[in-house]
Amino acid sequence: MHGPAMGPRLRGDMNAPQTLSRWSGGGSSRVPFWAYTDPQLYQRELEKVFHGAHWCYVGLAIEIPNTGDYKLSWVGERQVIMVRDRVAPKDRGTDTGIRVVENRCAHRGVRFCQQQHGNARSFVCPYHQWTYKLNGELAGLPFKDGVKDGECVNGGMPEGFDLKDHGLTRLRVAVLHGLVFATFSVDTEPLEDYLGPNLMPWLDRIFKGRQLTLLGYNRQRIPGNWKLMMENIKDPYHPGLLHTWFVTFGLWRADQKSRMVMDGQGRHAVMISRRNEGGENKTVTEGVTSFKANMTLHDDRLLDVVPEPWWTVPDPSVPGASITPTVTMITLFPSLIIQQQVNSLSTRHIVPRGEGEFDFVWTHFGFADDTPEMTRRRLRQANLFGPAGFVSADDGEVIEFSQDGFRQGGEGGSTLCELGGTGTEMTEHMVTETLIRSMYAYWKKVMAV
Amino acid sequence: MSAPGEGPHGVGIDMARLQLQFEVDQLNAAYAAALDDKRFDDWPAFFLEDAQYKVQARENFDRGLPLALIALESRGMMKDRVYGITQTIYHGPYYMRHVLSPAQVWDGAEAGTFKAQAHYAVFRTRPGGVSEVYCVGRYIDELVRTADGLRLRSRLCVYDSEMILNSLIYPI
Repeated sequence: MHGPAMGPRLRGDMNAPQTLSRWSGGGSSRVPFWAYTDPQLYQRELEKVFHGAHWCYVGLAIEIPNTGDYKLSWVGERQVIMVRDRVAPKDRGTDTGIRVVENRCAHRGVRFCQQQHGNARSFVCPYHQWTYKLNGELAGLPFKDGVKDGECVNGGMPEGFDLKDHGLTRLRVAVLHGLVFATFSVDTEPLEDYLGPNLMPWLDRIFKGRQLTLLGYNRQRIPGNWKLMMENIKDPYHPGLLHTWFVTFGLWRADQKSRMVMDGQGRHAVMISRRNEGGENKTVTEGVTSFKANMTLHDDRLLDVVPEPWWTVPDPSVPGASITPTVTMITLFPSLIIQQQVNSLSTRHIVPRGEGEFDFVWTHFGFADDTPEMTRRRLRQANLFGPAGFVSADDGEVIEFSQDGFRQGGEGGSTLCELGGTGTEMTEHMVTETLIRSMYAYWKKVMAV
Repeated sequence: MSAPGEGPHGVGIDMARLQLQFEVDQLNAAYAAALDDKRFDDWPAFFLEDAQYKVQARENFDRGLPLALIALESRGMMKDRVYGITQTIYHGPYYMRHVLSPAQVWDGAEAGTFKAQAHYAVFRTRPGGVSEVYCVGRYIDELVRTADGLRLRSRLCVYDSEMILNSLIYPI
């Protein structure tokens, strides 16, 4: 037999650029397990996604109401300080004063700020007293011009040392309706373009022109890949199955009027739905073990839902009509989830910590014009959410167990996300995994896998 | 009754005070045993009918922010929580082990009411797994003497370990 000469061909293959098609098969409906478990791929995610040309959530403007107020936050694995700077009166119309700087001294790299929140006139690194203005510019440092010893001057910074070249890393900042985003990249498009016109009405609905009040924080460390949290809130399939409260009390289930919206690139999404009365409906409750037909609350104040006027808005996709969702779950790639589930409101910040773990920070809020009763109601309904929540505690658990399963899989294993087909279109129902597919279609492109 | 911070060498100790100290510590011991033994149905009985039970992160408590991890306002809500942890919240099973300090006890504003504080460390062990420090904090309590003994009118669990290890299902 005379086949083609093997030697040269083999050498050719070995010298070829590494293949870009590690993701076997087309489409984005089968997500390979290595997308969640590969540490090197995760380092590239940090570089291209979190520290790259994406807007990452850092906090709410109301968390730092006064000049000098700051709080620590994260962009990917880089700790940052969100701070309110002084603003000249003439600039107050155009400058929010909110700055985001990296918590790392320009001198010897110390993570100098150790208070979670506080008020500062300037930032001083304790190691060598390098002092920064609130906007991150280096204001001064000891012994810059040396130390006089009689006629001579000892030490000092070299000639040509310019304070201007040695500030903290200053991130670009964009504030939308009191939500603060930051990016390390000069290439990130303007925030409004980044979010896109499909998402904007749903952010406007909750935030536009409204003064927020801070109710508090919950934090949880989840041993799973960060994308699993994004998926969880792009997955309208699971809530009516995993979460007894949602299916039994009709807060989220497949017989509700629903809509899946996404931005032009498929990376951000909104799951919109309107609650129903719950109870028996064989098409969505039969055989569902989490459905508890006879469940009633001993104290129904836990679910004392009162509709709010702002729930009703002009329907962005039906001119002239209005729409009244009771729940909107917004995912802003890569690191923010915004929850409105009846009267409970929160932002949920994803802080990745390696390929197999992330911190999940919940910030609950209300509005400045809430009555005391409404505030109490929001706090009561918070029992449904967070690390101990009646419906959210189990999300963290299944994410952990997902990651455990992925670790068992070899290079060939993958998840299957084909409810509603393999496409990435928007839908007028929730019986679909389209939003997960659309996120991975985008992710594949960014990551070049 | 001694003031906060005063030890046994402060004001003289009378039998009534010793008995009260004993009762509060016994209440806490029985409470912890009920939870660690997963006798969750017994848990609401440590409280009055309209009692408060909260588990709150220290950062919220210290800053006066009202959000809590769990905030229940009646024995009814506690029963709803018990139904949740036994029937509806999907979770990996685990054991808890409470280790409590002796309580500090003070008189309340009204006769027959008391304030108390005790420290707790709760360890979590998943079957087949290692034990982990799960939740560390303090109970800030209001107690009332009833015909059946001391009952909690309010228990606020303020936890220092602000980062919850994934989930917190059972009461602390």
